[in-house]
Amino acid sequence: MATDLRNKPCGGRYGDIIEAIGHTPLIELKRLSPKPGVRLWVKLESRNPTGSVKDRVARALILDAEDKGLIRPGQTILEPTSGNTGISLAMICARKGYKLKVVMPDNVTPERTDLLRMYGAEIVYSEGSKGSNGAVELALDMAAKDSDYYMPYQYGNEANPNAHYNGTALEILEELDEVSAFVAGLGTGGTLMGNGRRLKEELGDKVKIVAAEPMQGEPVQGLRSLDDGFIPPIIDISLLDRKIFVTNQDAITWTRKLLDEEQLFVGVSTGAIARVAVRIAGELDEGNVVFIAADDGSKYFSSGIYTRPIEEIENLDSTVWW
Amino acid sequence: MATIKIPPVLRSAVGGEREISADGDNVGEILRAVVEEHPSTQAQLFGADGDLNRYVNVYLNDEDVRVLEGLATTVGVSDTLVILPAMAGGAR
Repeated sequence: MATDLRNKPCGGRYGDIIEAIGHTPLIELKRLSPKPGVRLWVKLESRNPTGSVKDRVARALILDAEDKGLIRPGQTILEPTSGNTGISLAMICARKGYKLKVVMPDNVTPERTDLLRMYGAEIVYSEGSKGSNGAVELALDMAAKDSDYYMPYQYGNEANPNAHYNGTALEILEELDEVSAFVAGLGTGGTLMGNGRRLKEELGDKVKIVAAEPMQGEPVQGLRSLDDGFIPPIIDISLLDRKIFVTNQDAITWTRKLLDEEQLFVGVSTGAIARVAVRIAGELDEGNVVFIAADDGSKYFSSGIYTRPIEEIENLDSTVWW
Repeated sequence: MATIKIPPVLRSAVGGEREISADGDNVGEILRAVVEEHPSTQAQLFGADGDLNRYVNVYLNDEDVRVLEGLATTVGVSDTLVILPAMAGGAR
């Protein structure tokens, strides 16, 4: 006699792994919620095929280029990334028959290198002290010198926020009628812009869009001048209601807190985002606060952050954690 | 007096200090006091239009003043202003 499936509804049925991107669970975190009337929810983007929210973005970037006739089979895609977008692009490019070259700072955790190589990507390292800015600069220079490269350029491509505008945000709205605050990490700005725009359109100004951003450690602030700074072109800061930085130490503390109190195994950016989300939740009397878990913790294992005391973690400030 | 934390890229303009103090009731007044004391910070902190250089992020404690009230954001005596360069996000 057949037994009933206990995990209905299942995540759906798809033609291939790329189609299975998205449709991630929204999970309530009752222990971390600071007030009974405020419900805290995490959108678990680590449940995407390569383990991060960037699967959504990478798929959107490649489909957009295909729709516009900008790439042909066998062509080399070039992209600056310090990890997750590269890994997502590598999986999708391998499946669709494109070559991929990623430009990445040389001080990211080694798991990212392994995952990129696993999917067949070629890696070009940029100077770690220049952080992600250095990777962007080098990739732009390479693309300018060789027109055979196609660079999707997630920092300036509207397909990036549109992946959230037409995906993540709609999934949240399917589950919740009301959202008081949406909290996500600020990197390229795609998650905040795409979700922020859609949620404001649907729910009005009562939903607050809150950015959590990394306070880069001094060793990765290797700029010659402030004019070497970088603001991703897709960011419209007027869409943000709050923008709060989180130190590496706090981000790691909260990553551990998510593991210890809610049994969520997530990456360091999620710790930072959770810290900001709980603070915002504490300022409300009632409502839903939704935050994004951008990736899982598998890319950070070698750093020891899940198993060792924080004071024993090496290169806390010189590692690009998120 | 508010405390101002200086990023590595600006330290040579303030005599190598990591942290300085300045008087003022809001972000604009405090940063102008910094420029008065350390004139070579002018071109780095402010654009030609007198507004913040677009590649400078100034935080009141840990919140970006651009999404508060910009240079008019009120600052208390025990507050800290943190100046940081605009950097591309990390694991993206």
